[in-house]
Amino acid sequence: MGDWSGYIGLILQGALVTAQLTVMGTALALVMAFTAGLARLAPFAPLRWLARAYVEFFRGTSIFVQLFWVYFVLPFAGVSLSPLQAGVLALGLNVGAYGAEVVRGAVLSVPRDQFEACIAVNLSRFQRMRHVILPQALPLMLPTFGNNAIELLKGTAVVSLISLSDMTFQAQVVRAQTGSTLIPFATILVLYFAMSLLIGAGMRWLERRVTRGLDGVRT
Amino acid sequence: MAEPIIRFDNIRKSFGTLTVLDGLSFDVMPGEKLALIGPSGSGKTTILRILMTLENISGGHIEVCGEQLYHMQKAGREVPADEAHLHKMRRHIGMVFQHFNLFPHKCVLDNITLAPILTKGEPRAEAEKRGMDLLDMVGLADKARAMPSQLSGGQKQRVAIARALALQPRIMLFDEVTSALDPELVEEVLAVMKRLANETDMTMLLVTHEMGFAHEFADRVLFFDRGHIIEQGPPDRIFTNPSHERTQTFLRKIIAAGHRV
Repeated sequence: MGDWSGYIGLILQGALVTAQLTVMGTALALVMAFTAGLARLAPFAPLRWLARAYVEFFRGTSIFVQLFWVYFVLPFAGVSLSPLQAGVLALGLNVGAYGAEVVRGAVLSVPRDQFEACIAVNLSRFQRMRHVILPQALPLMLPTFGNNAIELLKGTAVVSLISLSDMTFQAQVVRAQTGSTLIPFATILVLYFAMSLLIGAGMRWLERRVTRGLDGVRT
Repeated sequence: MAEPIIRFDNIRKSFGTLTVLDGLSFDVMPGEKLALIGPSGSGKTTILRILMTLENISGGHIEVCGEQLYHMQKAGREVPADEAHLHKMRRHIGMVFQHFNLFPHKCVLDNITLAPILTKGEPRAEAEKRGMDLLDMVGLADKARAMPSQLSGGQKQRVAIARALALQPRIMLFDEVTSALDPELVEEVLAVMKRLANETDMTMLLVTHEMGFAHEFADRVLFFDRGHIIEQGPPDRIFTNPSHERTQTFLRKIIAAGHRV
C-alpha cells in the first residue's frame, strides 16, 4: 500500500504539469482570441485576412498534428522548444482560434446603437472598443470562454505524446509499472473533473462580476 | 451677414438602388433653430445622420463651421475625409437619438463624463462637476449614480441630452427624441429642449412629429417630401398658412391623427 502513495504522488506531479499547461495555454489562448478576434473586425483589410487565415488554419487542423509540427518540425527551422513550451504554444494557438470567433461574435452582437452613440460623442476607435463595446461584449463571451478553457484542459492530454509528463502520461507510467488500469485512470478521471469544476466555478464568479449593473438590460 | 454654420450643397444619398436625397441644398445660420418635418421616408433623419457622420454621402459637399465635413485637402487636391478629419469635425456636433442609446454598463453620471474625460482630457473632478450641473439642468441630479436600466424613458432621454451637451457642441441634432416615449413622458423632455432653445445660442436641428412643439421651438420649418424641401419658412406661416398642397395634406393628416399644431 505504501507503493500506492508513491504512485499517487507521481500522478499529482502530473496534475501540476496539467494545471500549468492549462493556465499558460489559456493565457496564450486569451491573447490570441482578442488579437485575432478584433483583427477580424479591423478596418485594415490585410489584418482581417491574416486573422481569418489564422482562425481557419488552427480550427481546421487537428491539435495533435499542430503539436507535432511545433515540437518536431519547428526545430528544422531552427526553433527548438521544450515540451512544455511546445504544448503551451500548440494549445494556446488552437484554442485561441476558437476564442477569436467568440470575441468577434460577441462584439458584433452589441447593438449598432451603441457604436452610433460612441461616434456621436466622438470617441476614437480604440476608446469605443475599450470603454463601451468590450465591457458589453465580455458578458456574452464568458460562457463560451468557460467551455473553451475546459476543452483546453482536456486537450492537455495530447502533450503526453511529446513525452511531457502530464497527468495522463503519469497515469500510463503507473499503469505500466503496477499493471492496474483502474486505480490510475480512476484517479485522473476524478482529477480532470475536479479541475474542470474549478474552471466552471471561476467563470461563474467572473460572469457575476462583469454583469454587475447590466441587470435587466441584456443577459 | 454671418456665414452659415451648416451648408448642404447638392447632397446625394442612396442606399443601394434607393435614392433618399437627390441634390439637396440648404443653409443653416449660427444659432438658428430648425424643425425638419415631413412624412416618414422623406429623408429628414438621414440628414441628421449624415451630419453626425453616421452615414456617408453619395455625392455633393457639406460645410460645417466653415470646413468641409466629408472632404479634405491633401497636396492641394480635394480627397475624401479620413477618420482623423471626421474626428476633428465631430467636435462641433452633438446628437440625441430616438432610442436614447445610453451606455447601459455605466451609471448616469459616467455616461455624461465619459466623452469629456476621454476626448477632451478634462480632469475627472471637473467633468463630474459639470456633469452634475447638467443633470441639475435636466432635473435629474438625484439620479447621478443610477444605472440607465433604472430610469424611465423620459429620464433616459434627458440624460442623453445632458450627455450630448457635456461636449459643448455648437450644433445639436435631435432625431425624433420623443417618438419612443410614453405620451405622459413627452412633456418633461420637451420642457428641457424648450429651455435649451431659449437659453443657448446653439444651432439646433430637430426632426419631429410633434407639430405643436416644432411650432414653439423653431425659427424656421422645413417641410420635406421624398428628399426634397417642398416648402420652408417661419413656423407661423408653415403651420397656419402653408402654400404648397403637399404640406397642407401632410398637416391635415397629422392633425387627424390627433397631434396638436
